[in-house]
Amino acid sequence: MLKSRFSGLLFQLIALALSFGVVSLILISIDASPSEAFRNMFKGSFGEMRKFAEVLVAFVPLLLVTAGLLVTFSAGLWNIGVEGQVVLGAIATTWVYRYFLESDLPPALIITLAILGGMIGGAIWAAFTGILKVFGGVNEIFGGLGLNFVATALTIYLIFGPWKRPGVASMSGTIPFPDEFSLPLIENLRISPWALGIALIAIIIVFFLLQGTYFGLKLKAVGKNFRAAYLLGIPTWQYSMYSFLICGALAGLAGAMQVAAVYHRLIPSISSGYGYLGLMVAMLINYQAIWAIPVALFFAALNIGSIQLPIVMKLDSSLSGVLQGVLVLFALLVEGARQKFIKKGQNT
Amino acid sequence: MNVELKNINKHFGKVHANKDITLNIPSGTIQGILGENGAGKSTLMKILSGFIQADSGSQIILDGKSVVMNSPADAIQYGIGMLHQDPLDFPPMKILDNFLLGIPGSFFPNRKEATQDFNLLAKEYGFSLDPENYVDSLTVGERQQLEIMRLLFLGVRVFILDEPTTGISAAQKEKLFTTLKKFPEQAMTVIFVSHKLEDVESLCDRVAVLRAGQLVGTLNPPYQTKKIVEMMFGKEITLGERKPANVGEPVLSFDNISLEDARLRIKNINLEVREHEVIGLAGMEGSGQDLFMRACAGLVRPVGGKIQLKGQDLSGKSYHAFKQVGVNFLPAARLEEGLIPGLSLTDHFILAEQPRGIFIDRIAGQRLAEERIQSFNIRGTPLSPIESLSGGNQQRAELALLQNPLSLILLEHPTRGLDIESVIYIWSKLKERCHHGTSIIFISSDLEEILQYSDRVLVFFSGKVSQPLDANKTSVEELGQLIGGKGWAEIGDTHA
Ligand SMILES: Nc1ncnc2c1ncn2[C@@H]1O[C@H](COP(=O)(O)OP(=O)(O)OP(=O)(O)O)[C@@H](O)[C@H]1O
Ligand SMILES: [Mg+2]
Repeated sequence: MLKSRFSGLLFQLIALALSFGVVSLILISIDASPSEAFRNMFKGSFGEMRKFAEVLVAFVPLLLVTAGLLVTFSAGLWNIGVEGQVVLGAIATTWVYRYFLESDLPPALIITLAILGGMIGGAIWAAFTGILKVFGGVNEIFGGLGLNFVATALTIYLIFGPWKRPGVASMSGTIPFPDEFSLPLIENLRISPWALGIALIAIIIVFFLLQGTYFGLKLKAVGKNFRAAYLLGIPTWQYSMYSFLICGALAGLAGAMQVAAVYHRLIPSISSGYGYLGLMVAMLINYQAIWAIPVALFFAALNIGSIQLPIVMKLDSSLSGVLQGVLVLFALLVEGARQKFIKKGQNT
Repeated sequence: MNVELKNINKHFGKVHANKDITLNIPSGTIQGILGENGAGKSTLMKILSGFIQADSGSQIILDGKSVVMNSPADAIQYGIGMLHQDPLDFPPMKILDNFLLGIPGSFFPNRKEATQDFNLLAKEYGFSLDPENYVDSLTVGERQQLEIMRLLFLGVRVFILDEPTTGISAAQKEKLFTTLKKFPEQAMTVIFVSHKLEDVESLCDRVAVLRAGQLVGTLNPPYQTKKIVEMMFGKEITLGERKPANVGEPVLSFDNISLEDARLRIKNINLEVREHEVIGLAGMEGSGQDLFMRACAGLVRPVGGKIQLKGQDLSGKSYHAFKQVGVNFLPAARLEEGLIPGLSLTDHFILAEQPRGIFIDRIAGQRLAEERIQSFNIRGTPLSPIESLSGGNQQRAELALLQNPLSLILLEHPTRGLDIESVIYIWSKLKERCHHGTSIIFISSDLEEILQYSDRVLVFFSGKVSQPLDANKTSVEELGQLIGGKGWAEIGDTHA
């Protein structure tokens, strides 16, 4: 048991080394120094407090999305629609803020309502995928992908239509909300300890939900063998729906954080691809909640660190994306190799 | 082909599943392999067919040459093919496509030629399969025939069959045996794993017995059943005596029930099952008994009539409602429908108890698992993933999922893949449940089992259901006739 876990970790480290190797080769082939690039990325993410705060800003939505995806993955579902669920969370949060723009309610209450609204928005959007799957027989990958496009279109429509800025509508989004609508930030930094706390609590709850509760066990049963789970007396389609709702609520929460703590308005690319990135994190950690925090932090650091590259080294910042993608591929590859290795050897 | 196994060892973690097995199988023989559940039979066969690899030092020698096989495809290259205990197939495919699978150079197969080859081969062996039909419409026996044809076409010279006779009809079994008996003439070798002694005795030229991973001996005909049993279990086994049940209150009653599926229609079944009673369902596969059983479980809704359970009208109610009243159903396809690969034994037992509350009580779960493992004699630990158990032990695990108390237990092939000792043991446990008031309805393709353990028998033949027959007053011969559709005029069916 312990041995296999240890070998798992070892192989993941090999995957990490391999992916850095491949990216280095790419860099060398375009006459850039890998060590300099990696150093710049490291400096760009952990070099100073301000930058590390930026990493945390990216870490919050990524961790929330990953937490949600762990739930749908356990139920055997590929919730690609998570990206759209983040967007709908942001839209719903914006809607609640706009609704209370003129009200005398205490801001703390309005913020709370807006965040809850975001969770409900994300959950409803996920429920659509779930309903399509359960009652319409539409595979959740296709349903989710379709709904992602709808979500993006809806954002653009709102920004350029009903919610446009007075005067000219612009890609920079809706008009920013007043300061008191923002989750409190740390002075001079963009990170809100509240957002960070919420994300950490969410992953801890998901961890215990999956490890320690009957709900989690039943969800896994449904994910691993739908038919047998049904015969064992588990209300299977309800559990599929619950997992969509939970994942949607967490993705919606991520969207709410983007509005309430980061952008203070709705912008066209409000989800910044955190949904898809979350899918990668979930795959990389092989659906084990315990690894979500370090891996999400690492991915967030890569994202932020690479912002430096175009400025300092004239490299494109998509290098982080390449690294992340290669890493996931190697991790899957290496895991496959490990399974074979285990089978050949004597330890199971 | 001459097959020589030399010092085969296999460990799964701490489990030593094959211990230094050395066995020589001459070309052109039908070799039987016997052994209790978990003895290591499937493991040995999987090693020989490339599905798993033995520990280092083990040797496989084919026609004098030592070979290394890393995959089933390798094994097929060497001419070794295997029919698995739990058939691995690709249901939503056409038969022809399945047939073409794995044939080298078949990237753009010539379908017309392949169809011809297929039909020729089918004719040679007397199988009636339509290549344009779909695999999921086939019975287990027909899938087996398809698999045999596929392996023959691939040029396999050594056929391994892991418990091929569970779940197929007597007629299909006969056909299978006729086919297998032809193989040695063409210098092909057959290795036949089974728990049914009479099958092994009638088919095999020689028998090897495994116990706890070791080869304990080989036997040649004429066989003495008693001797074989002693070798398998290390002791004598005797069948228990039949005891008639004292029936009690009605548990399940069917009032003019009509059932329908895509292939079959059963009309106006009237039946009352009482406490303590065991009802056996006999019939060729697909004659309606599976439909009947699923109606008893609430998985199939009758198109007419009334079902009552313990006096409650459950007509049109869901499976969960049936479960609430104390009905448990154990399906035959254990890894597809009965168990959840990836979850441990403990997880299974916890889930089967329909837990309420929020947090898993791990300690209670562990205790429950230990208790069930002991009382059902399962070879495994509470944390063993279900797929790591041997076939027979998976079956025991499935039986151990039954809740307590229950009013009605529905079992499809309950002792499929169990060795004789376990069959007797499991039935004694089931009978104990009956003693406490539970009724049992079970399907079996083994008529002896039906006669031995049921109080009344229903026979199914293409949508017809017989009157309940008293198990004491009928015989294997009579049941055999009825299953084949003969002699129905004398007994009359339920809607007559
Ligand atoms: N993948 C695996 N991982 C761990 N243990 C295994 C695995 N496969 C088999 N075993 C163990 O090896 C032993 C032999 O199993 P095997 O399947 O060969 O038995 P068998 O003789 O075919 O029994 P049965 O008659 O029940 O099918 C069992 O104790 C089983 O639990
Ligand atoms: Mg076996």
